[in-house]
Amino acid sequence: MSIKEETDALKRIPLFSKLDPAKLKLLAFMSQRLSYEPGQAIFAQGDAGDAAYIVLDGEAAVLIDTNAGPTEIARTGKHEIVGEIAILCEVPRTATVRAAGDNPLVCLKIEKDDFMALVNEFPSMGLEIMRELARRIVKTNAQLRNAMAAKTA
Amino acid sequence: MGGSGDIDRNIFRFVIRFSVKETALVCLLVAAAQAFYYVTLDLPKNIMNQGIQGHGIKFPKEILGWFSVDQIGYLLWLCLLFFLAVLVNGAVKQYINSLKGKLGERLLRRLRYSLVERILRFPIPHFRKVSSGELIPMVTSEVEQIGGFMGDAFVQPLMQAGMLLTIALFLFMQNPVMGFAAISLFPFQAYIVPMLQKRVKALGKERVRAVRKVSERIGETVGGIHEVRTNGTASWERADYTERFGTIFRIRFDIYQRKSLVKFINNFLSQCAPLLFYSIGGYLVIQGQLSLGALVAALSAHKDMTAPWKELLDYYQQAQDAQQKYEQVVEQFRPEQMLPEALHELPADPAPGLAGDIALAGLSVAEDAQTKLLESVSLTIPHGAKVALVGAAGGGREALAMTLARLYLPSSGTLRVGEQDLTRLPDAHLGASMGYVGPGAYHFSTSVRDNLAYGLRQRPVSASEKHNAARTRWLAEAARAGNLPLDIEDNWIDYSRAGVANAEQFDGIAARVLERVDLAEDVFLFGLRGRVDPRAKPAVAEAILAARAAFRERLAGPQADAALKGLIESFDPTRYNDNATLAENLLFGTPIDPAFEVDVLAEQPDFLAVLQKQGMADELIAMGRQVAETMVELFAGLPAGHEFFDRFSFIAADDLPTFQAIVARTAPDESGKLPAISDEDRARLIGLPLKLVNARHRLGLITPDFKGRVLQTRAAIHDAFGKGPAAGKIAFFDPESYNAAAAIQDNILFGRVAYGQAKAQAIVGKAMREVLDTLGLRERVFEVGLDFQVGVGGSRLTPAQRQKLALARALVKRPEILVLNDALAVLDSSTQVKTLDGALSAAGSATVVAALADAALAAKFDRVVVLADGRVAQDGRYGELIEQDGPLKELLAH
Repeated sequence: MSIKEETDALKRIPLFSKLDPAKLKLLAFMSQRLSYEPGQAIFAQGDAGDAAYIVLDGEAAVLIDTNAGPTEIARTGKHEIVGEIAILCEVPRTATVRAAGDNPLVCLKIEKDDFMALVNEFPSMGLEIMRELARRIVKTNAQLRNAMAAKTA
Repeated sequence: MGGSGDIDRNIFRFVIRFSVKETALVCLLVAAAQAFYYVTLDLPKNIMNQGIQGHGIKFPKEILGWFSVDQIGYLLWLCLLFFLAVLVNGAVKQYINSLKGKLGERLLRRLRYSLVERILRFPIPHFRKVSSGELIPMVTSEVEQIGGFMGDAFVQPLMQAGMLLTIALFLFMQNPVMGFAAISLFPFQAYIVPMLQKRVKALGKERVRAVRKVSERIGETVGGIHEVRTNGTASWERADYTERFGTIFRIRFDIYQRKSLVKFINNFLSQCAPLLFYSIGGYLVIQGQLSLGALVAALSAHKDMTAPWKELLDYYQQAQDAQQKYEQVVEQFRPEQMLPEALHELPADPAPGLAGDIALAGLSVAEDAQTKLLESVSLTIPHGAKVALVGAAGGGREALAMTLARLYLPSSGTLRVGEQDLTRLPDAHLGASMGYVGPGAYHFSTSVRDNLAYGLRQRPVSASEKHNAARTRWLAEAARAGNLPLDIEDNWIDYSRAGVANAEQFDGIAARVLERVDLAEDVFLFGLRGRVDPRAKPAVAEAILAARAAFRERLAGPQADAALKGLIESFDPTRYNDNATLAENLLFGTPIDPAFEVDVLAEQPDFLAVLQKQGMADELIAMGRQVAETMVELFAGLPAGHEFFDRFSFIAADDLPTFQAIVARTAPDESGKLPAISDEDRARLIGLPLKLVNARHRLGLITPDFKGRVLQTRAAIHDAFGKGPAAGKIAFFDPESYNAAAAIQDNILFGRVAYGQAKAQAIVGKAMREVLDTLGLRERVFEVGLDFQVGVGGSRLTPAQRQKLALARALVKRPEILVLNDALAVLDSSTQVKTLDGALSAAGSATVVAALADAALAAKFDRVVVLADGRVAQDGRYGELIEQDGPLKELLAH
């Protein structure tokens, strides 16, 4: 896989979709492409968050520690991003992510510091990300409203 | 030994003190030379009058009573005599010159040595007042100028004055009036020149001071570069230099002008003298009171006279200059309270040791007249005790530790260990039995091993096998110049102090001590990254090859380790390695000749020739253009100096526009043909793809077809550089042989750790260690790690490694007293505890006194002494003191 395909993958992620392709290419070039064997952990709950991962191939399981041990709460697949919260604000990892499925998990690792440096350099990137986050809040608010409505009904 | 007591403030006293015999010899020679010189002056007159004109001589003339000659023969005889006189006079002069050269060089050597010897004895507080920026030019360049003069100091005036007197004598012998005429202008010159010179002397002093200040400022600029950059004060600094250079300019030009005035007056007066000869001499000849021959001889004698006279005046200027420079240098080397010279004398072996109680009575230490660091401290530390010194910084804990290590000398009171007065113990004895680690430990620019053994080098223990007669003469010459006549080539390391017999066993003890101070792992890693010369250590290279084979088993054998699958791409002569650079794939080896390093490889003509022949050059140029275009696209928007350039770009920020231009002017035409490309552009473009690592950079440029062509070229390169005149420039990857140009770990891996495999480095590192442990190779690698060069001041080590290595250096000599002065403060707290525990157990029965910045660590010691305001504030067992309301409790509360 070449940097072109990775740039395409980045473009499909809503958070980055509106960004200038040249910047995305730089982001892809700076990022590390990593491959994990099934079962291998990408990061663990409670770790310091230092990077976000974009799944290029394979599947990842998102697990949280409960009293009954780790419980899978979600699965992410191709062209999805995991750990993005950690590169935007300083919180420990809220979940553990492992390579799942039968094939190795291939993802692009974006270091927090590199990402921040890029945003610093190109403020338009920050603006796009702000818009995307705002859209998410709108979406979450709507979901919350619906949930409250369902509860009171 | 080699010392010279106090150093003379007057250069002439310094010279005469160390060259009485030589100077006396030169005086005699000068006197002898004058006789021959007189002959060379007198003979021309005889040749003129008797030889040519035949005045007062009857021919045939009898010579020396046994043969007779006619006039021509007589003329030739006189010429022969003249020739002999010139020859002897010249030979004597040459001998004197060589003598004075030797004298001067010896004196310079002595002076330099005494200066360095004095630096070694400077009181420690003095080092805060002087900078190395000041000291270095004094010992190196400033004395150099004085050195030339020292040989001349007595010889030059003697020789020139001798010649002058001889000439004057000759002139007076010819005719007293002529003699008087010749010297008539000298008194005037002798009066006016020193007058003009006086001001030059004062200016010279100013100049030295100004230049010294500049060198100090340069030292500050270098040392404070972070502050200058982060405060944006480059302009302020530059303005400061502007001012200083302006001052130097003014002084120098002033000196130049005055010196040239002196020169002008001298020349003018010298040129006026012949006027006197022509008028007075001519008058006398016309009057018949003087022969023409005498006048010609007098003229030529006077012409000879201007040279020594000029030399004498020059000498006078030089003497003034040298004395002043000498004084200014020597003044800097006479601080108060230098370590007594006697302490540097090499005492008899064995050292008496320091296995006694340390007793301080009324001990005070003053940094200078105003500041007291310690005030009447009285303490007894029994032998073997472990004592912590705590207290606020500046309260005396550091000063006490430094005084115990005799870095500070007490201003009053006594400091004894057992029966011995510590302040009088010779340095060599103290150093052999005391270990000291300060807060910013220094390391010498050599290997880890040599730094560890530094504390065992008090004296030569046995003569080197290479010692021979030439070496003995070499040292005898050193002694003549007052230098210490000990042979640096001898074996200086006293292994018995470390409890081992020889160098081989020392590595074992080094490993144990480094383990204790938590540095063994680091040194092991140095070893993995280190290189081994298979010719010097064939057994080690052989063992590493065995490790390579064992490692390959784990990768691919029947019992292959599943965890390692896909983590390493081995070097395979028949395959392209995606995790290595294109350059590595082409060379398929490690460069030995620096011209084959990846950064400059594209400029290497032989390499380019092979590429050309294989038809790859154009392809690489096209690839270079693509890489350059991509880099321009990716990085063009970033400001120059952005960290991304360093970390990610193939092209430095400053070069982006250059490459943009190169890409533009090398664009192929419609038919896809490349235009003519200059050699420089070609090298720059080819240089870019050479750094590509396919797996890492993922630019999609390295296609399977391209890989095939690389493999063909690889074979061609192997043919071109594998044998013949070009052999030995590249160490080729060969599965069966050791690669001397590559690190040990690269030799074991024989491949590259794959990019993009999570945690690959850690897993591979662990597997490699297991292989080394299984084969019992850990020690071998460790030994290579001991060869690691630490850099100037230990710059290639981290601060924590520097402190740990210093601690190991103090422990390895098994001291009887170990003094730690905030030695571990730079370590993080858990490592600090671990290292301190290791050090305390390694110290064994030695007395340990540790000044601690962190009072909580005092819990590990038998006894705690709290110091405040230079006095003992509290003294007792840790457990008891923390129960009491007192200084220790307060310290711990913070």
